Amino acid sequence: MGTEQTAAASSLQNREEGVVAINAIAQADTFPKLLIHNAQTIAGRPAVRHKDLGIWQAWNWAQVLDEMRAFSIGLGELGLKRGDKFAVIGGNKPRLYWAMCAGQALGAIPVPIYADSVAEEMAYVLEHAEVTIAVVADQEQVDKILSIEDRLSVLSLIIYDEPRGLRDYDHSQLKSFRDVQEIGRHALADPKCLARWEQAISEGTGGDLAVILYTSGTTGRPKGVMLSHDNVMISARNGNLFDHLDQNEEIIAYLPIAWVGDHIFSYAQSFVAGFCVSCPETGETVVEDRREIGATYAFAPPRVYESLLTLTMVRMEDAGAFKRRMFHWFIDFARAWGEKILNKEPVPLAARLVYRLGDILVYGPLKNRYGFSRTRVAYTAGEAIGPEIFRYFRAIGVNLKQLYGQTEASVYITAQPDGEIYADTVGRPSPEVEIKISESGEVLFRSPGVFRGYYKDPEKTAEAMTPDGFVRTGDAGLFDPKTGHLKIIDRAKDVGRLNDGTLFAPKYLENKLKFYPNIKEAVAVGDHRDFVCVMLNIDLTAVGSWAERHNVVYGSYQELANHPLVYDMLEKHVDEVNRSLVAEGLMAGAQIKRFLVLHKELDADDGELTRTMKVRRSFIAERYAPLIRALYDGAQSSEISTEVTFEDGRKGTIAARVQIRDMKVQGTQAVDLGRAA
Amino acid sequence: MRGPHETSTGEILLSVENVSLSFGGLRAINDVSFDIRKGEIRAIIGPNGAGKTSMLNVINGFYHPQQGTITFRGHKRSKMRPYEAAQSGIARTFQNVALFKGMTSLDNIMTGRTNKMRCGFFWQLFRHGPALKEEVEHRRRVEEIIDFLQIQAIRKTPVGRLPYGLQKRVELARALAMEPDLLLLDEPMAGMNLEEKEDMSRFIIDVNNHYGTTIALIEHDMGVVMDLSDRVVVLEYGRKIADGTPDEVKSDQKVIDAYLGVPH
Repeated sequence: MGTEQTAAASSLQNREEGVVAINAIAQADTFPKLLIHNAQTIAGRPAVRHKDLGIWQAWNWAQVLDEMRAFSIGLGELGLKRGDKFAVIGGNKPRLYWAMCAGQALGAIPVPIYADSVAEEMAYVLEHAEVTIAVVADQEQVDKILSIEDRLSVLSLIIYDEPRGLRDYDHSQLKSFRDVQEIGRHALADPKCLARWEQAISEGTGGDLAVILYTSGTTGRPKGVMLSHDNVMISARNGNLFDHLDQNEEIIAYLPIAWVGDHIFSYAQSFVAGFCVSCPETGETVVEDRREIGATYAFAPPRVYESLLTLTMVRMEDAGAFKRRMFHWFIDFARAWGEKILNKEPVPLAARLVYRLGDILVYGPLKNRYGFSRTRVAYTAGEAIGPEIFRYFRAIGVNLKQLYGQTEASVYITAQPDGEIYADTVGRPSPEVEIKISESGEVLFRSPGVFRGYYKDPEKTAEAMTPDGFVRTGDAGLFDPKTGHLKIIDRAKDVGRLNDGTLFAPKYLENKLKFYPNIKEAVAVGDHRDFVCVMLNIDLTAVGSWAERHNVVYGSYQELANHPLVYDMLEKHVDEVNRSLVAEGLMAGAQIKRFLVLHKELDADDGELTRTMKVRRSFIAERYAPLIRALYDGAQSSEISTEVTFEDGRKGTIAARVQIRDMKVQGTQAVDLGRAA
Repeated sequence: MRGPHETSTGEILLSVENVSLSFGGLRAINDVSFDIRKGEIRAIIGPNGAGKTSMLNVINGFYHPQQGTITFRGHKRSKMRPYEAAQSGIARTFQNVALFKGMTSLDNIMTGRTNKMRCGFFWQLFRHGPALKEEVEHRRRVEEIIDFLQIQAIRKTPVGRLPYGLQKRVELARALAMEPDLLLLDEPMAGMNLEEKEDMSRFIIDVNNHYGTTIALIEHDMGVVMDLSDRVVVLEYGRKIADGTPDEVKSDQKVIDAYLGVPH
């Protein structure tokens, strides 16, 4: 990769209506201004829905403005002012989204925090961001903050949405969302109050900070990514234009509000396009709720699609023989023709007719189950998706596309345009994004979405940015010469070499393994070693169902994971991966020599995964050092004892003896010959 | 060492006086007296066969004691039928889940509203006019309880397909749908794992706190009992051996002997 490849920024599509829409809201350069604009132009259209007590409750844009204004003025009365930071913690609830805008109206900066963070992690972010007010969903979050109260020097007030269980708490530093709105409505009785509030909004500009999003980070402490209103808004607008999203879209907000993806999709894009965001009843009812709403635009990390597919396959195993055969026949047929039909390629009439029949019998009902019946565009991002999973959804007619993004880019770096979909690339540069590949193979980008820096960390900011304004993604990638699309190989710092110099890209191997439904997580080791070993996590749903069908008795995850038959099954998967590595050639020398199945699931609560479920390599290497040692010293099994954190924060220990399997390496001869030559 | 009830001073909701119950020659309950105060969580504990469930069945009107009286809300009676107990505001859950397995969680919980239905069979048959209006109102109350116990995701799932912990929760929901003054819970946490127990404890406290429901519960898990309850009554072989706050009961020698055994 000696030469620098540069892809020109693709220009904005000059569609008439797009230009008109942009001009109309050009003045609205902050989100509060945009909300006022929406409340004037599309006042009666639904803005937010929330399923409560089994019924979808809706608010139109005018009502949202009214609710937001009352809360915003209430916050002002309670002392929140320009430049202050306030935390927003909880699930996808309308009031939490309103809280973000309400604070922005005063010039304060929202800091959304992952709702499932343990108190320890929360303490760091709250203190680092100098949060003065925390707006939280419920008692659970209030309890967490109260437990770390003594370490928070500037936090002075907690505002909660859901009052259950909080009645007997000391309310000197605690207020309900409604109380604050009440204070705001009371203050509004003074006519000057409204004018002052509107004045505060008009003082805001697009260059002001809109939000600080803490990235979970696979290494070290989380970093606070500062994004301006311009960053977020221009990215959202370009995203809307790219996929022709307008005010008629329906989406369901279910991703963590602290993730940049959710901030763009459920907040920014909705404000810019004017479409309605539906908040699910609970985290467990998302699929059912999406089905009821009929989402037209969907966004999810690969994990969500994986689990949908795994669940389908498991359920089909339990179905009657006729249904099962019908399912498999039509799915095989769809794999052959479905993508071509979706890509609008020429397809023989007979195939079209059979596909139509399949749509009535199989694909339609499946899409309905997933809540994808009306979905025009569905994205997967955050991690690489298995080609099998990706093709499955496209085959049954879901327009699933890949997107490559980062918090530092306000999401969009590349996306796949309709009709140019390849399972192994992440698409072309998004509108107004420039990409180049550095000497070392790292992907760099420059766009209007480029962040303003890490909060209180100029050193890290300088590390991440080049002098000419490009941002280092930390990902190794290349442009596919055939398609001109970007291909991501691995994290740049994770790409290593074996002792004999063979290229070793751990994620590449891990993704290949994770494409098997039985394997939930995989961690590959090999940098500066003689050969490659992997540690696996089984998927309890898939393997559990397999065990049931094969009369394998087990009492716990640990027992199942250590079962010899499970090892046999996984050995086949690892063997297939080795074969495919040989077939591809690039990493034939990095075949897996030994593997083991971990005695516990990797868990974010134990620090093994990030909150977005990415493997934290160095931490795992340290924690499971005895196992790794055993992998390389030839032992057949090893003792391991690990500390685990339960959901309530208590700690315990799990001890186990983990077996190790040796693998036969495929086609070594060819490799040896290659090395000799 | 038996503690007087100086810690709680609430109005007495139910009192059991000198109750004895025998089945043939077997004395299940022998001259037991205690009371339950309004708004408290009262635990009844004891080793296996101590007569805890029998006691609950007596309060609930399912068993009729040979001796003694029960006073509920100032109303004294020696015999009470279960439906009378239900009508007067006593709801209960069972040691072995007693739900309609083929019906959904929602329908099961709706059955808890039966006593509150005012429209006749005819109106309900056609689900029209006042019957519809009434059903909407009942459904709203039930949905509040579903929300309260966080079982939205299983609203439409047949109960038989649910794991045990959730079935217990649906049963609690059905009891709550009766809007009872006194809620009797028979081993609400039996057979649950740690996480389910914690959830259930939280819900019991929340029910007590939010709806102000008085709760009498039987439980084996000592940790749970000591954390949850305001006062504890201890039975052994049908007799009351201690009564007081968790701390008092914990340090009572008779209780320790009953649970750990006495060296002979």
